[in-house]
Amino acid sequence: MESVFRNRGATLLMLTPALLVYTIVMLIPIVWSVTYTFQSGNAVTGFEFVGFDNWIKFFGDETAIDALWFTLRYAIVMTTLQVAAGYGLALLYIFFLRNRSSLVRATIFFPVILPTVAVALMFTRMFEAAPTAGPVNAIIMWLGGDLTDFLGDPGYSFWVIIIMDVWRSMGFYAVLLYAGLVEIPQDIMESARIDGASGWKLVRKIVFPLSLPILLSSLIFSINGTLKVFDSIVALTNGGPGSATTPLTLYMFRTSFAYGQYGYGSTVAFMLTLLCLVATIFVFRSMRKDVTR
Amino acid sequence: MTLAPRRAKLAAIALTGVGALTLAACSSGGDGNATASGSTGTSGLTSTEFTYLGQTQNTTIISTLESLGSGACSAEQASTPLVSDAIDGTTWDQQLQVLAGSDALSNMSMAAGTPSLMKDFIDAGKVLDLTDAFAQLGMTDPVLPAAEATLKQLYQTDDLYALPTEYNIEGFWYNKALFDQAGVTVPTTWSELVDAAAKLDAAGIQPFIAAGSDGWPVTRLVGDYILRDLGADALQKVADGSAKLTDPEYVAGADAVAALGQAGYFGPAAGSIDYNTAMNQFLTGGGAMFYMGSWALANFNDPEQDQIGVDNIGYFAFPEVEGGKGSISETPANAGIPVMFTTANYTDDIGAWVKCIAENYGNVALAESGQVTGFTITETPADQSDLTTMVQDQIANATGSILWFEAAFTSEGTTVSQTNGGGLATGSLSGADFMALVQAANEG
Repeated sequence: MESVFRNRGATLLMLTPALLVYTIVMLIPIVWSVTYTFQSGNAVTGFEFVGFDNWIKFFGDETAIDALWFTLRYAIVMTTLQVAAGYGLALLYIFFLRNRSSLVRATIFFPVILPTVAVALMFTRMFEAAPTAGPVNAIIMWLGGDLTDFLGDPGYSFWVIIIMDVWRSMGFYAVLLYAGLVEIPQDIMESARIDGASGWKLVRKIVFPLSLPILLSSLIFSINGTLKVFDSIVALTNGGPGSATTPLTLYMFRTSFAYGQYGYGSTVAFMLTLLCLVATIFVFRSMRKDVTR
Repeated sequence: MTLAPRRAKLAAIALTGVGALTLAACSSGGDGNATASGSTGTSGLTSTEFTYLGQTQNTTIISTLESLGSGACSAEQASTPLVSDAIDGTTWDQQLQVLAGSDALSNMSMAAGTPSLMKDFIDAGKVLDLTDAFAQLGMTDPVLPAAEATLKQLYQTDDLYALPTEYNIEGFWYNKALFDQAGVTVPTTWSELVDAAAKLDAAGIQPFIAAGSDGWPVTRLVGDYILRDLGADALQKVADGSAKLTDPEYVAGADAVAALGQAGYFGPAAGSIDYNTAMNQFLTGGGAMFYMGSWALANFNDPEQDQIGVDNIGYFAFPEVEGGKGSISETPANAGIPVMFTTANYTDDIGAWVKCIAENYGNVALAESGQVTGFTITETPADQSDLTTMVQDQIANATGSILWFEAAFTSEGTTVSQTNGGGLATGSLSGADFMALVQAANEG
């Protein structure tokens, strides 16, 4: 094997196809996008070099900062809830349902395969206030409460999005974490039980440390997915009311394609990329010590 | 140690080569799109088809074009068949930008919703100058002077660049029976309007119906208030930079509308009401006043939709603001979503379609859809409703027209205004906050 790698011709031949594909689909668009961050204009009006103007604008743009703050808030709340819900379900499969868990797993996984727009439409109807009160409002009014415009109120609409996305994604994380939990050797569990560990103590001392690698993967999956949230919010609230639920991705889309500011849109996109990178490094570094302990 | 620099050099060569290939591919792709429609791109030559792109929400234009194809324009249809396509209107401007950027606009399409975007298209030479085209085609005055003036004012051009497939006046449509029930008369001043709303509310009737989730039916009220209060050029001053929306006299307009929202006059869930729901609410007696354009005549004249009866619907102009510089006789007017023709692939065959559409569209749209357009009408249908006739009279008698709140704003200003307009109707956003958001968006 070593002799093959010493042969530079063979190395180049083997690497070239992958390198070509990677360059065409990844590197060039990224570099191209970065060059746009130093320009203003669009395909219709033409482009003009503006130096760092787009970057300066980003840090003074209240809407962008609001979108950044919303994105972070959404990512932190969603990651916490969906990984926690997934982990809870995975523990349920392992400890309580054991071999009988396949039907429950399939049922909870089902929302993952549903189209986002269909789920959003369903939740719109569930939380509807007008023209007719949806089931949630019907229950609230039956209990004596007032009609609440969940999707027209900035405070409520955030939590409707969270509820919908947790319901949609917890099945995925449950299956992912379940796959990690079943890999924990039974003899370790047995010996822990013999040593007197059970219930919460068993989970805390044995199951949790041994499932940290898969938890780390889940967190990285989750933080990157939630920082890039787009479709579910567009389908449910379209960033509203006002711009109360507008994440960076939607703001990037609007600046580029609705406002015709390709350069500024690319700057927002690049900021999002940096955010994903920083979040991934942060999660990775903070977990690495525990994994290798 | 000696391997690294050579490896880096090889990688650099490979990357440069791949980059150059990709750049070449991208640039040739752009040219390919420009000529992909099968047309020649220069006048005097022929086209194989006449392409039209519209919004799925608007079925009037395409059905009128199809009627023309089987009637007055059958010769054009035989030589250059109409091929139509439609996409969702909510992303219309985005789609047009992408198409215009690669010279792939259809021969005819609905114009951009944001006037500033249309100006970009016109400046970039993407849109056909119809004043020139009409002169070349030997046509005189196919478009009503009022509609032509509105379109020129909208795009700030000396020539005509779009055809008015609608010509609408805007104002309050009201339910006469509900007004009688609450003992309310038609208001002519803003104070009277607020008093009327209070009386209706006290009588258990929702005073206003507005599509808060769409935003624009609410921001229209802000714009009209400002134009009545500060005069017809007030919003142009904002666009020119000589005034700001955050100036106290402008904020007063947003505050006046926000006060209606805070009083709950738009109903309990105004922020979630969309256009169709609002229309349905008004036509089923769910509220007394509905600010809308005269394009809604098609709905009012449809007995299946209109449960309250077309004779039960009245119209009054946006009231005067006491002591204001604007006049009640200045009617908010617009050309709906006009249609434009692209300069790319413009041939004699497309010119023949332009001529036929300009000469016949108005008659066919009025006869088949009851649509009041900005074209010169040569045949008036015998069974026209009184409400339609009233609108035509209103257009004829208006001493001047004014544009809507966002007409002179940037794309970003328009979007921010319309996405936040619902907040005024629900009372969750103050006038000052709303104006600050829109002013900031307009300044980019």
